[in-house]
Amino acid sequence: MTIELSQFFQVFFEESFEGLDVMESGLLSLDPSNVDNEMINSIFRAAHSIKGGSATFGFASVAEFTHVLETLLDEVRSEIRGMNPDMVDLFLQSVDCLRELLEGLQAEVPVDGARADGLRQKFEAILGVSTDAVASETGEVEPVAIGWQINMVGGEDILRSGNEPIRMFTQLSEMGELTITTDFSRLPAFNALTLESCYLSWQLTLMADNVTRADIDEVFEWVVDECEIAIEPIMDESLPVAAEQVEATEAQALEEDAPVSDDASAAQTGLAVPQTQKKAEPGSIRVDIDKIDTLINMVGELVITQSMLGQIGADFTFDKVSKLQEGLQDLERNVQVLHESVMQVRMLPISFTFNRFPRMVRDLSRQLNKKIDLVVKGEQTELDKTVMEKIGDPLVHLLRNSLDHGIETPAERVKAGKPETGVVSLNAFHQGGNIIIQINDDGAGLPKERILAKARKNGIIGPDVVLSDEQINDLIFQPGFSTAEVVSDVSGRGVGMDVVRRNVQELGGHVSVKSEEGVGSTFSISLPLTLAILDGQLVRVGNQVYIFPLVSIVESLSVGMNQVSTVAGACDLLRLREEYIPIIPLYDAFGIEPDSRNLEKSLIVVVESENTKVGLVVDELQAQQQVVIKSLETNYQSVEGISGATILGDGTVSLILDIGGIVTIGQSAAPMQIKAA
Amino acid sequence: MTKILAVDDSASMRQMITFTLKSAGFDVVEASDGVEGVSQARQHKCDLVLSDVNMPNMDGIAMTRELRTLPDYKYTPILMLTTESGLDKKTEGKSAGATGWIVKPFKPDQLLNTIKKVLG
Repeated sequence: MTIELSQFFQVFFEESFEGLDVMESGLLSLDPSNVDNEMINSIFRAAHSIKGGSATFGFASVAEFTHVLETLLDEVRSEIRGMNPDMVDLFLQSVDCLRELLEGLQAEVPVDGARADGLRQKFEAILGVSTDAVASETGEVEPVAIGWQINMVGGEDILRSGNEPIRMFTQLSEMGELTITTDFSRLPAFNALTLESCYLSWQLTLMADNVTRADIDEVFEWVVDECEIAIEPIMDESLPVAAEQVEATEAQALEEDAPVSDDASAAQTGLAVPQTQKKAEPGSIRVDIDKIDTLINMVGELVITQSMLGQIGADFTFDKVSKLQEGLQDLERNVQVLHESVMQVRMLPISFTFNRFPRMVRDLSRQLNKKIDLVVKGEQTELDKTVMEKIGDPLVHLLRNSLDHGIETPAERVKAGKPETGVVSLNAFHQGGNIIIQINDDGAGLPKERILAKARKNGIIGPDVVLSDEQINDLIFQPGFSTAEVVSDVSGRGVGMDVVRRNVQELGGHVSVKSEEGVGSTFSISLPLTLAILDGQLVRVGNQVYIFPLVSIVESLSVGMNQVSTVAGACDLLRLREEYIPIIPLYDAFGIEPDSRNLEKSLIVVVESENTKVGLVVDELQAQQQVVIKSLETNYQSVEGISGATILGDGTVSLILDIGGIVTIGQSAAPMQIKAA
Repeated sequence: MTKILAVDDSASMRQMITFTLKSAGFDVVEASDGVEGVSQARQHKCDLVLSDVNMPNMDGIAMTRELRTLPDYKYTPILMLTTESGLDKKTEGKSAGATGWIVKPFKPDQLLNTIKKVLG
């Protein structure tokens, strides 16, 4: 029977990539001078698993390469050898190399083995062995035996380990003609007999002319240490015995004193990444079984509600209306909880994306000759799998930016009175219906004068325009904006901040920056948790109904003109307790005829996005309901201030406001937000 | 039906072993480390145990020692799945009470042959 091993490949690849991640994060967290035993063991096990699996499934190149890694790791964990930073580097590069090899195998694309060979030689240099040795030649001429004489004294404990002599004899009997003589002489008296002990010995004669010594050895291989086994060939007296010639050339151990050199980094960037023509991956997700159980429960509730409604509907009389309404309310609740649970299934902790950053920070800070610590918080915060996959690149770009342009060199930092080691911190948390991801550095901050100058030079803003600090910082998200004198290899690859902003906006989110020169910068990305359904507040302006995301609404109020100040050249301001909030008349923004242009006859809905508030003028607040978001972009085009559309219960189309976009519009109309004195 | 306990922390190995054994008509119980292995052994009366050596939480050798203290498993064949370089593991396994070993990597056919040898 042939078992098709390829059906296990996908699982093998997935678990190997996970194993490589374990190795990488383990290596990064190792302190070479004080190696944590548990950590080195888990790194070893990961390498060992990959080696075992790749050998079993026929991936010889991976198995061979992993073998040297594993050997060195084994020496470290057995404390035969210590660890040093160069070895850690070598291991990390091997992890990269293995990833490359495995990705190639998975995509069925050939991968150049030069990098693996180079690394393997370095390992062998450390271990002091070489696999380029001349293979030992054993020119053993085995005498032809016509049978074997085996005398075996059974070890007392062999039965206790589940080894049954009779099995071995059965095996032998299948190889030829077997005769057995049992020797009971070591049997003690009956009352001294222990059932689990073996006291017997045997003389076995096997007549067969095609059985080698190795074949016999194999039968007894498991018990050979515990028993006395003497194996003698039975020769055919008529044949001359051939002289045994054993020639063995010993493997020559090449002793290279080659230290692990810095051309290791050349090897790192030199190899071209195989063009990942990945076969269309169906994409899979690992889900906590608790989430599945919750789903199953919810569906159960739904079934109950449905059958209840079914009963009411089957024989409906008008006095049952209130029961019907109750049932419909239950249904609404069930659907909502079910929806939330389903969305939860698609959510994974952001650690999956954050995990690549420690390595990146380490490599980049070495490359830039800077000292940088990475602090990660909130890595268990969950978000949708697809959103996470798409936010990866923007995050990488922002992080590179902080490392390259944000954090200063150690010398500069000391001069500025800062500690030599810069700190970059990543944080993720939920806020309202969103996930907020922040990248903070204690570096030089955004250079406002340079940004202003560049913006003026590029004609983005006029020469006389005065901007607030926030607005200046926001300029970096304009296309083509890089104040770096030399586009460095690290971050200035033409992937500008504008692309980051666009990518984030495509996900329905926002990115902004707060910065203080000499102190540092914080980039904040806000992303919606659920992409498809929104809790909405229906709002009427004139004859149009819009949807405000419920999470963005702070309060709604009617105002008197005494609360409103008019600022020349800008919009009206509402005084709300301690703040002045810009008032945006939506009817103007959307070109609709409202019920009344008199502010005192309208309602103001105060909305908030990223700690900034605006007041939107509307005619009427209607119901709150869950709304399915349909993309405007796919069906029409992207419109600033609108995040999508939906179809209401009566069949009309209603536009969903993008509060962040509206707030930005509002901010540009009111450059200053004055706090009440 | 003959029941085999397969213990390995690698999912792909477990899958391969289970598939191979089931195709040959065996019943299979799986575990991903020594602790789970002992628990499964207690719950199901197994006729043979296959176990990887290097596993988290409890390795194959400690598990073997533990299994040998269970009355149902005093003489049950326990085979270690070990790599050829793990010579010391073989002796360690044996002194823990293992019956024998199968060298990794192995082909499905080799696995079945060895098992048939052991089960008679």
